[in-house]
Amino acid sequence: MNETTHNEHLIEYVKRLADDALILGHRISEWCSHAPFLEEDIALANVALDYIGRSRLYYQYAAALIGDDTSEDDLAYMRDQRDFHNLLIVELPRGNFAYSMVRQLIMDAYNTEYLDALRHSRDTTLAAIAEKASKETRYHLRRSRDWILRLGDGTPESHDKTQAALEELWGYTHELFDLDPVETALLEAGIAVDTPALKARWLSTISTTLEAATLTLPEDDWAVRGGRTGYHTENLGHLLTDMQSVHRAYPGQQW
Amino acid sequence: MDKPDTGWIERETRRAHSDLPEIWTLLDSVCDPEIPVLSLFDLGVLHDIRQLGGCIKVSITPTYSGCPALETMRDDILKTLSQAGFEDAQVEVCLSPVWSSNWMSPEGRRKLKDYGIAPPMKHCRAGDTPDAGIGCPFCGSHNTARLSEFGATACKAMFTCADCKETFDFFKNI
Ligand SMILES: [Zn+2]
Repeated sequence: MNETTHNEHLIEYVKRLADDALILGHRISEWCSHAPFLEEDIALANVALDYIGRSRLYYQYAAALIGDDTSEDDLAYMRDQRDFHNLLIVELPRGNFAYSMVRQLIMDAYNTEYLDALRHSRDTTLAAIAEKASKETRYHLRRSRDWILRLGDGTPESHDKTQAALEELWGYTHELFDLDPVETALLEAGIAVDTPALKARWLSTISTTLEAATLTLPEDDWAVRGGRTGYHTENLGHLLTDMQSVHRAYPGQQW
Repeated sequence: MDKPDTGWIERETRRAHSDLPEIWTLLDSVCDPEIPVLSLFDLGVLHDIRQLGGCIKVSITPTYSGCPALETMRDDILKTLSQAGFEDAQVEVCLSPVWSSNWMSPEGRRKLKDYGIAPPMKHCRAGDTPDAGIGCPFCGSHNTARLSEFGATACKAMFTCADCKETFDFFKNI
């Protein structure tokens, strides 16, 4: 592979990681001042901040790789939805509290495995970001796992809402373990994460948690894909409108 | 005081062998904006100070990826250096090695406790905050329970003391 192609692949890969973290961070931040009680409100704001902080590290690296005057803010605020290549699951609306917690369990368990693998990337910047983020993710996973136990093994209503959320979200999890040519090339170069190899451990974390929470693992009977190629659900455009509007109305403004 | 961790010892050694002791001392006046009793050195955020040509290069390392205090820390370092006549200075944020609560100085732990925040534990993996038993910084009791894994900032968890009935922050291990 020539140098230019390799660099393009790496930029694309780093932007994907940044997009995943930013969009999920934004979705979690929507709970701020809406969570069921004060401590939980603060906890969710903290988790959102970890994700948004992580996205900044990735965007700063992507901007440095692009090399012209591109800034992290240009990447976060000036791109349109087709240019975002995040996983679909992170852009889905926050839904009810059980729905958000199920998504967190799915993503926190995924990130636990993903970041642990990325720590060994031959790309030293990505490895350093992963080293830092993986420690934060341990806190996230512990929290979302506790919530799933509490909701699943709680009242009939909380159990049913949590099970319904699982059924609604499950079809979006298959995309997490895809590898396209960009990631395959970077995997061969020792940089990207071998996502199919993460699935068994991820599934084991999920099924153990669900079993303890008296919940049922959904069937693998449907799957939605498209985030990595910019084909999104109708939700991302609305999210971006909200998230990007201030920056676009007042470009370059400083606090 | 408990036996300090190796993370701290490495930092102490780096400072002791530095050619710029006066700059380290000068920057002892720069504190964490959220915990104003704790200097960036005590916190472990101030990683290294080097001189390249005429330029003072200060490296700092963020506590958490999303730590909103990092920009303020950078500005405060540059302001302090500039007021002392070091106009040519740079602050670089380094991600590796990754910051750990084990980097906090013994002095920092003591100041944190005096300020009302329980310092991080000596041996605890990130993510393993105990459910109970963290020493209350107000009355010293260990009859305490965790209220929330996440406190007012990402680096803290909330506990409550069954003896003095106070709620307090615990500086989490990471
Ligand atoms: Zn007490």
